[in-house]
Amino acid sequence: MDLLNIARGPALQWSLVVFAVGVVWRLAGILLLARKPDYTEPRSTNTWGGAVRMIVSRTWSKREFLDRTAFAQTIGYVFHIGLAIVVFGFVPHILFIRSLTGLGWPGLPSGIIYVTGALTLAALAAALVRRLTNPVLRLLSNVDDYFSWLVTVAPVATGLVAVAHLGARYETLLAVHIFSVCLLLAWLPFGKLMHSFLVFISRGTTGALLARKGASI
Amino acid sequence: MSEAALPPLETTGPRFGIKKPEQRHDMQGDMSDNERIAIAMRHFVRDFGAVAATWMESCVHCGMCAEACHFYVQTGDPKYTPIWKIEPFKQAYKREISPFSFFIRALNLKPKVTADELEQWQELIYDSCTMCGRCTMICPMGIDIAALVGLARHGMNKAGLVPHELWAAAQRAEQEGSPLGATAKVFQERVEWMGDEAEVEMHMNLDEADVLVTMSSIEIQKYPQSIAAVAKVLNHLGMRWTFRSDGYEATNFGLLSGNADWQKDMSMKLIDAAIRCKAKLLLLPECGHAYSAMRWAGANAYGKPLPFKVRHISEFLGEHIADGSLRVKKGLDTTVTFHDPCQVARRGGVFDPPRVALEALGAEVREMKDNRGMSWCCGGGGGVISIHRADELRYKAFEIKMRQVDETRAEKLVVSCANCRLSFDDSQKHFHWDKTAQSLLELVADNLAD
Repeated sequence: MDLLNIARGPALQWSLVVFAVGVVWRLAGILLLARKPDYTEPRSTNTWGGAVRMIVSRTWSKREFLDRTAFAQTIGYVFHIGLAIVVFGFVPHILFIRSLTGLGWPGLPSGIIYVTGALTLAALAAALVRRLTNPVLRLLSNVDDYFSWLVTVAPVATGLVAVAHLGARYETLLAVHIFSVCLLLAWLPFGKLMHSFLVFISRGTTGALLARKGASI
Repeated sequence: MSEAALPPLETTGPRFGIKKPEQRHDMQGDMSDNERIAIAMRHFVRDFGAVAATWMESCVHCGMCAEACHFYVQTGDPKYTPIWKIEPFKQAYKREISPFSFFIRALNLKPKVTADELEQWQELIYDSCTMCGRCTMICPMGIDIAALVGLARHGMNKAGLVPHELWAAAQRAEQEGSPLGATAKVFQERVEWMGDEAEVEMHMNLDEADVLVTMSSIEIQKYPQSIAAVAKVLNHLGMRWTFRSDGYEATNFGLLSGNADWQKDMSMKLIDAAIRCKAKLLLLPECGHAYSAMRWAGANAYGKPLPFKVRHISEFLGEHIADGSLRVKKGLDTTVTFHDPCQVARRGGVFDPPRVALEALGAEVREMKDNRGMSWCCGGGGGVISIHRADELRYKAFEIKMRQVDETRAEKLVVSCANCRLSFDDSQKHFHWDKTAQSLLELVADNLAD
């Protein structure tokens, strides 16, 4: 079995298994913990509305915080949106997803994907520089932050190298790209990348609790 | 410090509270370091449910919470980053209860928290967090960091690692019924005094009443005119109300110090008194954390829904002015800015009623740049004002508030929290500032229509 077949075959299958089991285990480990009943008189019973409101509205910064968070927010928007465009807009990715799930949609022109990939890479580099130089981020950061950064950057970088046919045979470059995706999938449940799921649960939980009190969301 | 000895009170200084200790005693009880750690971690982990675990798991270390915190913004010191304030507890959570705790323990990926770390974190958990919840408003993951600091205080309290003054005030409250010496006897004397002084009819210890009125010890001792003010308002409304010597103190230093057992004791005193006099409403004073403790935790201490309503005095005033039952004169013909107490507004949901009251009084309300849910804390909440060693930090935080008040160019500054008022008074003196915070309740009481 050659490298590409290993990447497409057992590596991808096992990383998907680790991803699925890990995500379910972590979510169950959190959500199955006890919940204390709240007997206080609610100001509002529309807690689901509060949950949805916070999930949506926390996507952008409040006006009062904009001047202090604009740079970090901009970097965050660029690489999150960029990743989404590259993952879900690139035709080969869509074909791959279709082969797994049967779901498909029209892709974006390759040129757009390449530019977006490069911008995403630049934003991720800026995020790393910021993490290394900002005193608050340096204090907070741990191995998870840097490793998660690495496994996020790797598929973007190897993908760009693969489509540019740089440095090796295309099959080898593609195999490396798929391995990097496997690493990302296998790591996701264990580190901060799990926020791709937890963001909805955390925002929703807080939104519901604050809505019950009529507090600011 | 011995559990039996009550700490001395400072009654003559500019700030009313527990006397500043000559030497710091920031450990309570005789325990080894290992015992302290074990107790802190056990109690911290025991508090954990699905909600707190969700928040603990969700942090992406973006550091944005720092930008919402008055202590970080004013000092630029990264240690004041809100989520960093609970770092040892995050570590304990990951090691002890998180979904992958077995890996983390087996591979020692997160080391055990040390006694030194807990001692260092005392300043971060108590002195530099007012639990104002502004950081909750910026967190892109929606983590309620203020609530997590509250949980961390439980562990710190059990381990005897509470700042001296806060612990001492809580102990005094548990033993005497008030953190600041406002015992039942003192309270009754003050009620009588204020009744005579303001020529207002007082009701004390009625067997039955529709409204049980509570006060904060800061009001009783420092601003006793509030006692007369609330009596005037309730008499004006023609309500059947009472003070009770078995349930009058609404401040809850159990909550502030992190002693969950004492918090429950303090809440239950009020709840039992309200039930005894068959009250339909428990009226809370101008005190922010008293509102949090009773409105949003009282029923949970009781273990079932309360058989009466709980309202903050500012929402009570606003609602009764709005429905026309409380008639006031437009006696406040001036410009006013209103400070939203964090626990009542951002964390408690009371935004419009105080503004309704001020407008009914004829005031032109000029909002601060950051107001309502985004208001900056006065810096003295969460028990911080009682901690002497935190004074300089608190004054730094207060500078934001002072600046925003000045920018409004309003003639008057109004608050609806006695703790904020105390913080404003103390900072006013420190900065030789020309603004004196006034009580919303007292302004309403002074302007009742004939």
